[in-house]
Amino acid sequence: MVIDLDKCTGCGTCMVACSAENNVSVRPDESDPQRRLTWMRLYKVTNGKPFPETEVSYFPRPCMQCDHHTPCVSVCPATATEMDYETGIVSQIYTRCIGCRYCMAACPYHARVFNWWDGYFPKSKGMTRYLSPEVSPRMRGVVEKCTFCHHRLMRARTKAYAEDRRELEEGEYITACTEACPAQAITFGDLNNPDHQVANLIKSPYAFRLLEKLGTEPKVYYLSSKDWVRKLGDNFLPGQFEPVTKVKMG
Amino acid sequence: MDSALIPEGVKRCSPKAFFFWTLPWLALLLWGGVSAALCLLKGLNQTNMSDYFAFALWIVFDLAIIALGAGAFFTGFLTYIIGRKELKDIINAAVIIGFICYSGAVAMLGIDIGQPIRGWFIFWHVNVHSMLAEVSFCITCYLGVLLIEYIPLILENPQIEKVKPLRLFGQNLHGIMAIFAATGTFLSFFHQGSLGGLYGVMYARPFAFREGFYVWPWTFFLFILSAIAAGPSFTILCTKLAQAITRKRLVPDKAFQTLAKISGSLLGVYIILKIADTLGWIYGITPAAGLAFMDYFKEGPYGVWLLVLEIGVFGIIPAIILLTPSARKSEGWLITGCLMNCTGIVLNRFTFTIVTLAIPVMPFDEFMSYLPTWQEWGISLAVIGYGFLLFSLSYRYLPVFPKERELNPVVE
Ligand code: SF4
Ligand code: SF4
Repeated sequence: MVIDLDKCTGCGTCMVACSAENNVSVRPDESDPQRRLTWMRLYKVTNGKPFPETEVSYFPRPCMQCDHHTPCVSVCPATATEMDYETGIVSQIYTRCIGCRYCMAACPYHARVFNWWDGYFPKSKGMTRYLSPEVSPRMRGVVEKCTFCHHRLMRARTKAYAEDRRELEEGEYITACTEACPAQAITFGDLNNPDHQVANLIKSPYAFRLLEKLGTEPKVYYLSSKDWVRKLGDNFLPGQFEPVTKVKMG
Repeated sequence: MDSALIPEGVKRCSPKAFFFWTLPWLALLLWGGVSAALCLLKGLNQTNMSDYFAFALWIVFDLAIIALGAGAFFTGFLTYIIGRKELKDIINAAVIIGFICYSGAVAMLGIDIGQPIRGWFIFWHVNVHSMLAEVSFCITCYLGVLLIEYIPLILENPQIEKVKPLRLFGQNLHGIMAIFAATGTFLSFFHQGSLGGLYGVMYARPFAFREGFYVWPWTFFLFILSAIAAGPSFTILCTKLAQAITRKRLVPDKAFQTLAKISGSLLGVYIILKIADTLGWIYGITPAAGLAFMDYFKEGPYGVWLLVLEIGVFGIIPAIILLTPSARKSEGWLITGCLMNCTGIVLNRFTFTIVTLAIPVMPFDEFMSYLPTWQEWGISLAVIGYGFLLFSLSYRYLPVFPKERELNPVVE
């Protein structure tokens, strides 16, 4: 997944689409940001300068699907979270999770959320009718997270197999946030496939990943032409950050 | 009223006085019971934990009491395997304290996980690479070992002893205690280490992450060392407290001195290694993560003073006190040294749990702070109530201190 921060307007549509797609339950009072269920979180960042030099950017943050020694997977005692090496998706087995929250402690991106309350889908607001049969609703006491809409991959695969294909076309499987983003800031595809757009996008000098130095090797890349935004992507000691000075045109 | 149950040749307070003594501890247990019921029925929303503070007061308490309970296995090791005879006078107390700490910790963990009924999945769907799986295995087995070490003592109650098969069973268990002491030592070493490893392997959290030796991060060894340094101190403190409350001498001074000396020496070694580890962390892990040392301490209430307190005040000073023979011999200094030693370890476990999670790793993330709710305090303090209660009952009805009769002859 590649997210272009220059295009993101911070409208929050990706968050809403994600919640609706994945049966993320709501709470009657959503004013507690530290215990809110959101798989896709939107951070607002600024360059810290006073008006009129103030600049603002938004960081949508899904699960990074960390590739290297996945922090959450390696620590889970009950194998309730696993990396599927074929698809690269870090999945969560809700009925096996014991709610020890070790994975949350190990994930530096806060991509995992715990079910502090029983799932709540208000009937009066018609929410029960929107529940997707493809995604299991989660019970209280387990940890949940973004799975790059894994069920959509399954759906696309089933369709392809039915048509006697073994490979998916680009765009056949995209996540709900990618589909919903009105600014088309999110691009989804196979990073290992040189024909896919994402594989090209990440070659940009403006591409970076969150907390690269830690070595979690996220599968989510960000693009930003602003130095200060890229600088916020990782921790840098003075003199360590290299601004992009030369960009080849064309 | 209960005189038939009281071991022969020792004096105990009246049942009424004993009943009043248990009241505050029962009250703590009640508070804990209500809190636990609320958490189990309504969920962990009864706590102030959050997605940022996934581990909080209970885990700090857990880690702290497990470390303090290390006196059990380490004293067992010294008594049965190294053969320090003088420690036979304190080993029962050490085992009971260990049992209290471990069973309390396991009970608390049962409330802390979101799906307590599924706790056994750790064993069924085990991920052998997870430090928490290792911790769970070892703690469960070790709790079994502690129970086996505790049983012969229970069987020595004057009424139970009258039943011949039970008495023989108890004596036989006594005979093979060295095997259990060895098993317990092995298990405890591993889980104390894994508790340290729990944090040390979180490579995406530079505050806690440590490189190390083979698959074990440095914290693995530091946690073992700090636990066996503080455990004996805690055993001394509890026994001294029992002496103060009962106004009797229960254990000969030699046992205290041996434990204090060992505690001090281990603390000394630990502090040297901890300083080396801290320097390695400051100059190795921290810059590799793009951070400067003070970056960890610039926000919130958890300042660098925590480190100064942990290593300097509650590390170096108690090590010096416990290593100085004249200081060790003075009651006041001995207690101060042990108390500071134990405080240091609690501070260490607090830092690893709370500060690790409080410090945001993403540069644009915010600093969070956390205050426990009354339910969290209730469950934590209930463990203390349970400890006092079990220890008092054991002291009253079981021959916990073999030298008590000799040190306090009953005058008719
Ligand atoms: S971002 Fe967090 S939850 Fe997602 S794979 Fe990485 S460590 Fe796991
Ligand atoms: S909370 Fe669930 S998924 Fe996370 S480490 Fe514990 S058992 Fe595994």
